[in-house]
Amino acid sequence: MEVAEKLSWVEVCSIDDVPKNAGACVEVSGKQIAVYNFEHRKEWYATDNECPHKKQMALSRGMIGDAAGEPKVACPFHKKTFSLKNGACLSGEEYKIATYPIKVENGRVFIAVS
Amino acid sequence: MERKSIVVVGNGMVGYKFCEKLIAKAGKGTFELTVFGEEPRPAYDRVHLSSYFTGTSVDDLLMAPASWYPENDISLIVSDPVISIDRQAKTITSHKGIQKKYDYLILATGSSAFVPQVKGVEKDGIFVYRTIEDLDMMIAYAGKSKKGVVIGGGLLGLEAAKALLDLGLETHVVEFAPRLMPRQLDEAGALALKTKLESLGIQIHLNKSTSSFEGAESVNALLFADGSVLETDMVVISAGIRPRDEVASKAGIEIGKRGGIIVNDRLQTSDPSIFAIGECALYQEMIYGLVAPGYEMADVVVNTLMGGAKMFAPFDMSTKLKLIGVDVASFGDCFIAEPACKTLVLEDRNKGIYKRLNISNDGKTLLGGILVGEAENYNMLHQMVKNSMVLPPDPEDLLLPPRKGKSESAGGGLDGLPDEALVCSCEGVSKGAICSAVIEQDATDLAKIKACTKAGTGCGGCVPMVKDLITSALKAQGKVVKTVLCEHFPYSRQELLDLIKVNGLKTYDEILTKHGKGDGCEVCKPAVASMLASTFNEMILQPQHESLQDSNDRFLANIQKGGSYSVVPRIAGGEITPEKLIVIGQVAQKYNLYTKITGGQRIDMFGARVDQLPDIWEELVNAGFESGHAYAKSLRTVKSCVGSTWCRFGVQDSVGFAIEVENRYKGLRAPHKLKSAVSGCVRECAEAQSKDFGIIATEKGWNLYVCGNGGAKPQHALLLASDVDKETCLKYIDRFLMFYIKTSDPLTRTATWLNKLDGGLEYLKDVVVNDCLGIGEQLEREMDFMVETYQCEWKTVVENPELRKRFTHFVNSPKPDPTLEFKEERGQKFPKDWLVEVKK
Repeated sequence: MEVAEKLSWVEVCSIDDVPKNAGACVEVSGKQIAVYNFEHRKEWYATDNECPHKKQMALSRGMIGDAAGEPKVACPFHKKTFSLKNGACLSGEEYKIATYPIKVENGRVFIAVS
Repeated sequence: MERKSIVVVGNGMVGYKFCEKLIAKAGKGTFELTVFGEEPRPAYDRVHLSSYFTGTSVDDLLMAPASWYPENDISLIVSDPVISIDRQAKTITSHKGIQKKYDYLILATGSSAFVPQVKGVEKDGIFVYRTIEDLDMMIAYAGKSKKGVVIGGGLLGLEAAKALLDLGLETHVVEFAPRLMPRQLDEAGALALKTKLESLGIQIHLNKSTSSFEGAESVNALLFADGSVLETDMVVISAGIRPRDEVASKAGIEIGKRGGIIVNDRLQTSDPSIFAIGECALYQEMIYGLVAPGYEMADVVVNTLMGGAKMFAPFDMSTKLKLIGVDVASFGDCFIAEPACKTLVLEDRNKGIYKRLNISNDGKTLLGGILVGEAENYNMLHQMVKNSMVLPPDPEDLLLPPRKGKSESAGGGLDGLPDEALVCSCEGVSKGAICSAVIEQDATDLAKIKACTKAGTGCGGCVPMVKDLITSALKAQGKVVKTVLCEHFPYSRQELLDLIKVNGLKTYDEILTKHGKGDGCEVCKPAVASMLASTFNEMILQPQHESLQDSNDRFLANIQKGGSYSVVPRIAGGEITPEKLIVIGQVAQKYNLYTKITGGQRIDMFGARVDQLPDIWEELVNAGFESGHAYAKSLRTVKSCVGSTWCRFGVQDSVGFAIEVENRYKGLRAPHKLKSAVSGCVRECAEAQSKDFGIIATEKGWNLYVCGNGGAKPQHALLLASDVDKETCLKYIDRFLMFYIKTSDPLTRTATWLNKLDGGLEYLKDVVVNDCLGIGEQLEREMDFMVETYQCEWKTVVENPELRKRFTHFVNSPKPDPTLEFKEERGQKFPKDWLVEVKK
């Protein structure tokens, strides 16, 4: 990801706080963010925790996987799926969620929120 | 060259469809396109308006999001109706004073509800059913009403009645004619519909002409011409539609005697640069009140503007609807009668089914018909009329519903359908277009077909036929049509389960590496989790299984609206001591939980925060409760009646047996949930014949029924064995359940599984009772293993600090979710609504 401005990273949790191949919710300056430990791809992702469909704080409790190679999360409420890379809705609707830069250093997880 | 300016007056479904078709054919920006809408939001799906009452949001109903218009270079002006047309200057003026020049003007003003001038019609509490604003007003008013009356027993009136029913009101329908839906149904068909609707709690009053609305400020009763009175708290008028022709009329455009803007074959009005489409247009003395002909009109105008020669023709008004859950269809010439034709009629008052087919006097072709109560053959019958297909030698077979075990929709007759047959009339898609999309564009599932051809995206009525066409086109190509789990596993559930067992694979990762590809998804993960659980029965929250579980399983509780969870302890057979009842009451009080008795004879506690779950369960476990597995695809409850212990009719101890059965199969994970019941005598108070497996006491022992289902499509359970003793009964249930677990597709209840099972009940009997496959003992051993390895998942969590740590909303803060909000109703707490306030 190319980011022009300098990111300010916030430490949010330890890698052990997020189950492998699943998500967990963290609070960053009053905002709920879902953090995913995508062990199977050796990748980490961060998105909004809120599913835009019914405005439920639930995406961190959704199952993750891929659709034709695109990493995704499925909302536990009505199984709307979203790309973990760009937040686009993959189940054919107009919703979109925000994604956030994330990195892991020394067993700690960091997120950049503008 | 300057772009031509097109102004569309009206942003309803047809006005929107015109824009969509124009952009698709001409490309965006070719014309300067301006749309004026009277309502405050972009066009929405009026056909499915009643789903607004059951929770569909406005956004879900929109034909396209507001952003679609600017993205396609269309200026959309909402809340601003056009009020005048200057035909000389070729300009229009809007209510807010916007003037706009046009080269072509498209009138898509639609219709308004026809409100008869009855005395008192201006009173409060009288509504029409047309726009989302109408609906919002109805919803607000329904909050203080108990009873509602719909005037009009036609299609829209019955839709409105459904809305009142959904709002929780006692619902009445008043119709002027001697029967319901007089335009679509004959007398016998209307009677079948009336009987069916009455059984659903709607009261129907025919031959009633309203002479006044009574009440001071607000309506409180209807007075009829025959002197009778019907009291009510609110009224919805749905007595027909009026074409919106006032702007056209003011501009001197020719209008029909009874309203409607007169148009020619190209939908041109008396002014050739002005077109009218949809419900405001009068074509050959006819207003078309359905969406499909409106879309066709839009298509003709787009074609004309692009220089094409397409003409509009009298439109087939055949239609199939689901009205309040009852199928109603009429097609072709439905009213033609003897001697002009021969009529075949099937009337099944027991099931509430009426079917009429009109066939030509030479017996060769179908002319039209009516279907009430069961209309699965509609698409095929409709095609037979439209394409003048030759009838089979015994046309009476067409009256019977598709038999169990066979394809439920059109079936074999598809091959006889010509390529030009119109399958989706909303979007005008033919059989040939669908089949070639399957073959040439690799559109091998419904979603892809919708994207490629738009078939099935309108009213959705053709979807079963489209699915069958996809399957038959694939088969014709020699492609194997196979149900696979998902894109990650090229196997059916049964095949994958065999591979898991043969290779002893105990984790998802191993299975995915060996037999799948990619990273998995929300379909295959829980399916595999279920297979592993019903084979090895390891605790589902062990680290290697945790991420496979559906959200409910992952937190061992059902996620509810708003994000809180429910708590459901097991109460086997519905038997509970006063001491345990008190514990439930105390726990619910302490944690402020909403409590409700369930249909499965136990008690649900709602509104727990995820971080409270382990504490709540700790108290319940300490009092001797176990998980009720309400969150799992597994055995839920075994319901019972009191049986011979208390009941003067009971012949066996049904409660005792129910507890034994529930404790044997508790925690057993299966492709779908399992429900059971035991009745103490033939009176069947436990309703065992509606369960996945049900037991009824006889003088000599027990009768075992299997594969029943309540839910959306109720099905009675079928007798598998009679007068057997307890041990034999349990043996058969062991075999039955394990056989189902081994062979079913994912998320398939036992009823559906049996319907698809080759050989049906007879074969199942052969396997379970006669042991024709010789696997009886093996199935019993596998069940014994499941019973021996059972553990209460909540007890395990409560005693394990590592597992308990997972039950928190934030991993970086002990705070609960600040967005959880509750309100109070009837002395208990409820989650905040996520959409409209719907009174239940």
